[in-house]
Amino acid sequence: MHDNEHASHDHEESFIRKYIFSLDHKTIGKQFLIYGLIMFFVGGGLALLFRWQLAYPDQPLPIIGASQQYLDEGEVVTGADKMWERIYESDKEEWLEINMPSGVITPEFYNMLFTMHATIMVFFVVVPILVGAFGNFLIPLMIGTRDMAFPILNMLSFWLAVLAAIVMAVGFFVPGGHAAAGWTGYAPLSADPQWTGVEWGQNLWAISLLIQGFSSLVGSINYITTIINMRAPGMTFFRMPLVIWSLFIVAILLLLAFPVLSSALALLIFDRLAGTTFFSATAEGGGDPLLWQHLFWFFGHPEVYILILPGMGIASELIPVFSRKPIFGYRSMVYAMIAIAFLGWIVWGHHMFQSGMRSEMGNFFMTTTMLIAVPSAIKTFNWLGTMFRGSIRFTTPMLHGIAFVSMFVIGGLSGIYMANTPVDIFIHDTYYIVAHIHYVVFGGSLFAIFGGIIFWFPKMYGRYMNDVLSKIHFWLTFIAFNCTFFPMHILGVGGHMRRISNPQQYEFLMEPTTIKFLMWQFEFQGFIGMNIFITMSAFTLGFAQLILVFNFFWSMYKGKVAEQNPWQVNTLEWEAPTPVPHGNFGQIPTVYRGPYEYSVPGEESDWIPQAQPEHAPATGGD
Amino acid sequence: MLQWLPENVSTFGQGVDDLFHAIYWLTLIVFILVMGTLIVFLIKYRHQEGKKADYIEGSTTLEIVWTAVTTVIVFVLAMFSYPQWNNIKSPTQFPDNPDVVVQVSGKQFNWDMTYPGPDNEFGTDDDLELENELHVPVNAVVHIRLTSIDVIHSFFVPQLRLKQDALPNRFINVWFEATKAGRYEIPCAELCGFGHSGMLGYLNVHTQADYDAWVQERWPQ
Repeated sequence: MHDNEHASHDHEESFIRKYIFSLDHKTIGKQFLIYGLIMFFVGGGLALLFRWQLAYPDQPLPIIGASQQYLDEGEVVTGADKMWERIYESDKEEWLEINMPSGVITPEFYNMLFTMHATIMVFFVVVPILVGAFGNFLIPLMIGTRDMAFPILNMLSFWLAVLAAIVMAVGFFVPGGHAAAGWTGYAPLSADPQWTGVEWGQNLWAISLLIQGFSSLVGSINYITTIINMRAPGMTFFRMPLVIWSLFIVAILLLLAFPVLSSALALLIFDRLAGTTFFSATAEGGGDPLLWQHLFWFFGHPEVYILILPGMGIASELIPVFSRKPIFGYRSMVYAMIAIAFLGWIVWGHHMFQSGMRSEMGNFFMTTTMLIAVPSAIKTFNWLGTMFRGSIRFTTPMLHGIAFVSMFVIGGLSGIYMANTPVDIFIHDTYYIVAHIHYVVFGGSLFAIFGGIIFWFPKMYGRYMNDVLSKIHFWLTFIAFNCTFFPMHILGVGGHMRRISNPQQYEFLMEPTTIKFLMWQFEFQGFIGMNIFITMSAFTLGFAQLILVFNFFWSMYKGKVAEQNPWQVNTLEWEAPTPVPHGNFGQIPTVYRGPYEYSVPGEESDWIPQAQPEHAPATGGD
Repeated sequence: MLQWLPENVSTFGQGVDDLFHAIYWLTLIVFILVMGTLIVFLIKYRHQEGKKADYIEGSTTLEIVWTAVTTVIVFVLAMFSYPQWNNIKSPTQFPDNPDVVVQVSGKQFNWDMTYPGPDNEFGTDDDLELENELHVPVNAVVHIRLTSIDVIHSFFVPQLRLKQDALPNRFINVWFEATKAGRYEIPCAELCGFGHSGMLGYLNVHTQADYDAWVQERWPQ
């Protein structure tokens, strides 16, 4: 093996060049990761606010809400009462007074909360972390090159994402409030301020997503170019780790899908600001609200796979490493991802089953959608096959990998209900879809993200994350996640609509129900109790994430120092010294084999790095 | 879990519920098999001192088997679903000669019901407009002309297993036949603004005699 010592011959750079406007793919990756984690807290906080409203409709929030005495008699009891007293006495209309008078969330604010929760989680958390952070950090290291093809574009990609986040954040404080038409922004609700009362909020929402679109576009061009042109000698396409395959496929999806959203957003901005009628329903205008849905979901469904494919890629790294076995069916894993990406383009209509499309189209989209079960099943069985006859190490990243597989199975199976058109008539726009998307994107992608962060942390920062805290975080998250989102399937079966701020307004959701399970009988007063349970679990889930973030920043400085290849992994990123210097490798490694050569018969060590020459004495296992 | 389904009161609802149950059992069995296998593997193949993993790269036979089996299940399920879907949503398959025709129009945040009156024509003097109250006879075919005057709403009657978006400047035909008299809620299922939560109409399914009396009261002859 080459000597890593003389790799770090890079010159000293200024602080700004090194940490702020860095051109180094590793720094940009870490920037995206921290960006995503910060936005994760904004998005999660919004969710907790509206969860409170769903459990205790029209009751003041805890801590910042006014007390009952204050609401009834105007008597100042708590510190919060004092705050509200001051707000009501001031002349100008304060933000809190408009959005949550006395701590009670208004319906307008509620709509804004769930709109921004989804927008932030999809566009500012999951995509930046999966694609921005892992993509940037891993691609050059895992294919064996010194940096991205276009470092300046790469930096631009991050700073455009920052700009998009700032524009999105400003939207919270403009008169009329932020966008409140759902993250899907269905026209005409989103296209004309008269229907929501939202003026610049919706405009800023659209402008911010346009900027975020450019950021993704620039990033994806970079990824595609880098992967095609800059692989190390011997790194053929079918020797690439599956996470690189997933990022490659996702970059292509981003490149093709985001312009569709961008054009839809541009038309929306024209409708709102220039008086055009692309999405207007009036007969004289000639526009059509369904055009928005087609454009949005033609982007939106590939987007859903952009959210899950890198998660699959990360799980496909974690499971073989910690089973000490080759991935089962490497090529079929690649083909399954390509199949999912391809099918992603011809299933968008399933979001519009109840929009009045021709029934023949419903049949077509049902068939294509259910076909996604095939590549999904292939992937699941291959992950199981990887563990079969393995030697499984239950490290924290592996726990997340296993959680990813099991949650993805639930998310995939619940998708069959949604895909089935007759059943979808009933569960469309109910909590069933909320449960489904969270099982895929939280249960799937986020567990993969957590696993990936803990797994690659030693390479990113040269230290381990604290394992006790990581394990506590994992189990709390796993249990609280299931307690939060599994009951939502039941709400959906009961017909509980999504996006309603007060379920207690509906008799059919309040009816006493007796549920028999084996020999037990349970009495429910409608869904009141279940909504409270979900909210309590959601607060626990939110609390558990504080542990992760504390652990992340604490371990950055205080964690146990990690060796160069702590998990004994074959892929190239572990060939680079830790911390990885500018330029990554002293000498570009040559690749001799696939990424998953674990437990090869006749070998003394149970792993053979990709860069280890044939017939050389094994260096692994030290 | 399916015990939570609201009572079904439409002719086509049973077909929906049957599919719901079929998929429920299918997915439950798959879930138990996959999770069972996973748990067995996790216990049986956990790391033990001195035991090495087996070098297995994959199995083409297995890949073909699970691809083929899943594909077959998907198509069988689809075959059973097409007729149910067409029956509910395809206007060419609606029962002819409806007993009642009503225009339902969503607006922020109410459902406007328009009855054409005895002349069976909309836009004439004998039209009747009601806010949020829809009256139909039991065991009769009802056709609805669904539209909206502002944003997109969604006409949802959980007990009928019926949901259809209402779009501005577009008329979508919907049908149902209720099998049980009663009063059912018609929530809006598509986000339509700040009053979306609580946008609620009522479907009053009358016995034929009651319905006749209601008609007599509205349009005395």
